[in-house]
Amino acid sequence: MKQLTPDLAKTAYKYMNDIRHFEDRVHKVFLTGAIPGFVHLYAGEEAVAVGVCSHLTDSDYITSTHRGHGHCIAKGCDVNGMMAEIYGKATGLNNGKGGSMHIADVDKGMLGANGMVSGGMPIAVGAGLRNKYLKTDDVAVCFFGDGANNEGNFHEAMNMASIWKLPVIFVNENNNFAEATPQIYATAAKTIAQRADAYDMPSERVDGKNFMAVFEAAGRAIDRARQGDGPTLIECRTYRNYGHFEGDQQTYKYDSPEEEAFAKRDDIQEFRAYAVSEGLLTAAEADQIEQQSTADIDAAVKFAEDSPLPDPESLYEDVFAD
Amino acid sequence: MSRKPITFMQAINEGLTQAMEKDDRVFIMGEDVAGGAKVKHLADKNEDSWGGVFGVTKGLMPKFGRERVIDTPVSEMGYMGAAVGAAITGLRPVPELMFNDFVGFCLDTILAQGSKMRYMFGGKAKVPLTIRTTHGAGASGAAQHSGSYYGLFASIPGVKVVVPSNPYDAKGLLLAAIEEDNIVVFSEDKTLYGMKGDVPEGYYTVDIGKATITRAGTDLSIVTIGKMVQVAEAVADELAKSDIQVEVIDLRTVAPWDEATVIQSVQKTGRLIVIDEAHPRNSTATDIAAVVTDKAFDYLDGPVKRVTAPETPVPFASNLEQLYMPSVKRVLDEASEIIDDLKVVKA
Repeated sequence: MKQLTPDLAKTAYKYMNDIRHFEDRVHKVFLTGAIPGFVHLYAGEEAVAVGVCSHLTDSDYITSTHRGHGHCIAKGCDVNGMMAEIYGKATGLNNGKGGSMHIADVDKGMLGANGMVSGGMPIAVGAGLRNKYLKTDDVAVCFFGDGANNEGNFHEAMNMASIWKLPVIFVNENNNFAEATPQIYATAAKTIAQRADAYDMPSERVDGKNFMAVFEAAGRAIDRARQGDGPTLIECRTYRNYGHFEGDQQTYKYDSPEEEAFAKRDDIQEFRAYAVSEGLLTAAEADQIEQQSTADIDAAVKFAEDSPLPDPESLYEDVFAD
Repeated sequence: MSRKPITFMQAINEGLTQAMEKDDRVFIMGEDVAGGAKVKHLADKNEDSWGGVFGVTKGLMPKFGRERVIDTPVSEMGYMGAAVGAAITGLRPVPELMFNDFVGFCLDTILAQGSKMRYMFGGKAKVPLTIRTTHGAGASGAAQHSGSYYGLFASIPGVKVVVPSNPYDAKGLLLAAIEEDNIVVFSEDKTLYGMKGDVPEGYYTVDIGKATITRAGTDLSIVTIGKMVQVAEAVADELAKSDIQVEVIDLRTVAPWDEATVIQSVQKTGRLIVIDEAHPRNSTATDIAAVVTDKAFDYLDGPVKRVTAPETPVPFASNLEQLYMPSVKRVLDEASEIIDDLKVVKA
C-alpha cells in the first residue's frame, strides 16, 4: 500500500490548500456577480478528495459530482483552466462551455463533475469495466454525496460493480445534507456504509475530516481493486463549510452542539499538525506551501478575469465528433 | 458475390460479428444478449441461451466469449451509464435496450450524460456508443412494448438516430454507426426481423445522414421511415394506376435527417406526404413538414400531409393495432386532398 512519504504529504498539503483557497475565492467573487450560474463549494471536505486521489495516477479515472472543484484539483487539473471555466471564459478547461458543474479533463482521468446527483456512478462502473476489459491495473474512483445514495443509480452501479468484480472504489462524501434535507431523514439505514452489505461488497466508515483515516482506507480499497479483488464502498463523514449552493441561507445547519463542533473542525489544520508532528513537513515548509497556494489561486483569478469570452462561433461547435 | 438472401435479423448479427472481428474494443452488453450466464451446463459446451430476446445476438457469445458479450442485470440505467463510461474511456460499446419503451429507465445516461459530454467538455471527449433498440407496433406487444420513440432520441442534440428499412441497410448502417465517434441510436423494427434481402457477405457501410430514393417519380414525394417504406411503395403502386409517378424516399437516418434529398425531391414534385409510424405531434414527421414548408414553400402545390400513428398509446386488440399503423388505405384517405388534386391534373 502506498505510504505517506514527505513528498506525498507536501503535495497533499498543497492540494488541500489549493482547494480551500480556490473555494474561498470563488465564494467571494460569486458575491460580486462576476461568476454566473450555480456554484457548489467543496471547502471543508478537502481531506476526502485529496486523501483518496493521493493514491491515483493520470491513468486512473474518477467521476465527480456537482460539488466537483475539490476532486478536479486533487486529480491534478490546472487551476487556471478551472477558474476560467467557472468564469465562462474561452481559456477554461472546457472552453467555457461546461462551467462549474461540468469541469472535466479526460486526459487526466477526470471524467467530469456532474450536474446530475448520482450521474457519475454508472459512468465510473463503465470506466472500471474498461480497465478490466483492457486488463490494466488502473482503477476508477466514484465520488458521490449522501443524496446520491438514494438514487437508483447508486444501487445499480454498486450491484454491477460487485457482480463483475470491477476495480471501482465508491467514495461517499456524507456531508449530512442532500441540499437542505438531512441524511438521517432521507436514508433508511443507520450508515451509508452498511448498504454495501446488500451488494456483498466490503465497506468502511471513516472520519472524513481526518486525512490519514481517508488516505489509509482508500489505500486498502485501491490495493484490492488493483489486485482484481473488486469494489469497495468507503463512507467518509464530512461537512461542507458553505451551503448547498452559493446563496443558500443554511438554516438547516447545527441541530446539535456535536454537529456544530464537527462542522467547525478544520481538516487542513488537523493534517498540518499531524504532518509536522510526524516529521513529514516542517512548519516552515507548511507556511511556504500556504503562501504558494494563495499566490497560485490569485494568479488563477487574474488569468480568468483577463481571459477572453468564447468565440460566438463556438456555440455551434463540438456537438458531434467528426 | 452471390448467396441466398438473408433476413434482417441475420444481417444485424453479421454486422455485429464483423464489427467485433475488426475492432477488439467493440463489445455488446444488455439483458440476455447471450443469456444463461454462470449456467454450468451451458458454459461446459460454450453455448449461449437466448442470444437476445429476439435471437439477434445468438451465437456471438460462443464466438467472442462472455468478456465481449456481456449479460447485464435488469439495470438499464446502470448498464447504459456504464456503456457511456466505457465509451469515453476508449472502448466502443454496443449496448442493447431491449425495447425502446424502456428508455425511461436509462434516459439520463443518454439525455444528460453521453449526448452532452463532447459539447460541455469543450470538444475534449468522444462518445463512440451505438445503442441498439427495437420499436414498432404490429406484434401485439401492447402499449409498453410497441412504441416508436426514435423521434424522442432524435430530439436530443448530440444523438444520431438510424432506422433501417431492409437487411442491406441494417448491416451497412450498423457498421457505420459502430465506426462513429458519437452516440448513435440504431432502432430496429421488430416486425422486420424476418424480412429477407440481398446482403453482401463482406464489410461495408451505408452513410449515416443520407436518405435513399427507392423509386423515382415526378408527381408526388413520399418521405418515409423504416417499415413504412413498404406502405409507401404500395401507395406508389396504387397511384401508378392513375398515372401518378411517386418518388419514394427512405429516410434511413432520422437524426440528422437528409434535408437536401427531401427538398430537392419536393422542388421536383411540388407535393409531399410523410408517412411515419411514430406519433404526429412534436415529432419527426412534423419536423419534416415544418422544414419543407420553410425552405421549399414556393415549390409546394399543396399542403404537406402527414400520415402517422394517432396521438395515442399503442392498443392491444389486433384490429385497433392495425388501425393504429399507417396503411395504404389510410394514406390514400388522409392525403386525399393532394392526391385528388393530382388526379385532376393528370386526367
